[in-house]
Amino acid sequence: MSVSVQKADFDVGAEIAALSAGRAEVGAVASFVGLVRDSGQGKNVQAMTLEHYPGMTETALAEIVAQAHQRWALLGVRVIHRHGRLLPGDRIVFVGVASAHRGDAFAACQFIMDYLKTRAPFWKREETPDGSHWVDAKESDDQAAARWEGS
Amino acid sequence: MKELNILYFASLREAVGCAGERLPLPEGVCTVGALREHLAARGGVWTALTTGRNLRAAVNQRMVDGDATLAPGDEIAFFPPVTGG
Repeated sequence: MSVSVQKADFDVGAEIAALSAGRAEVGAVASFVGLVRDSGQGKNVQAMTLEHYPGMTETALAEIVAQAHQRWALLGVRVIHRHGRLLPGDRIVFVGVASAHRGDAFAACQFIMDYLKTRAPFWKREETPDGSHWVDAKESDDQAAARWEGS
Repeated sequence: MKELNILYFASLREAVGCAGERLPLPEGVCTVGALREHLAARGGVWTALTTGRNLRAAVNQRMVDGDATLAPGDEIAFFPPVTGG
């Protein structure tokens, strides 16, 4: 299974290594790691809680990965998304893509993140000294996802 | 009799004060949009279902628009725009 939704942290090095282990046909591995910032839509973010929709989350991520496979020649994809309460500096998300050539790996990695941002059912709640609030969706994320349509 | 399984997430869950409910498919309600109106007609906190900005819906764990049709036994989720990643 290439998609995991979990509370636990993950080992970036091990995940990257696993994408090409024993596979000499892999010539490129591109990866992205998303982290909790200490300033989001609120200042001085002390913690962030990610809620998700168990069941649909895995389905949505698997569908995004399937679309990436249709668009590019990929040899492996790994997506990990955490949920629960996280602190600044904590890892939230990992996307790793293996392919024969770098172009496919770079593009697919970006595509998966852009689609994940707008189609995977996660919601962030930030804690700040002034209280906690739900993070609003960004129009720029919709625009980033939309640029892949028709391409 | 198969009921609808309705779920609420994130800010909408907090607004209506519950994570979900089971409900027989109301008579005359055959789309997601109509169900939204039906629930909002309860008044009070439930008006969040029609006033919520850009509220999204999923039927059986796939995102849909308000025209999507409903059948008894469906799982319907309402939630605000997603903010993961």
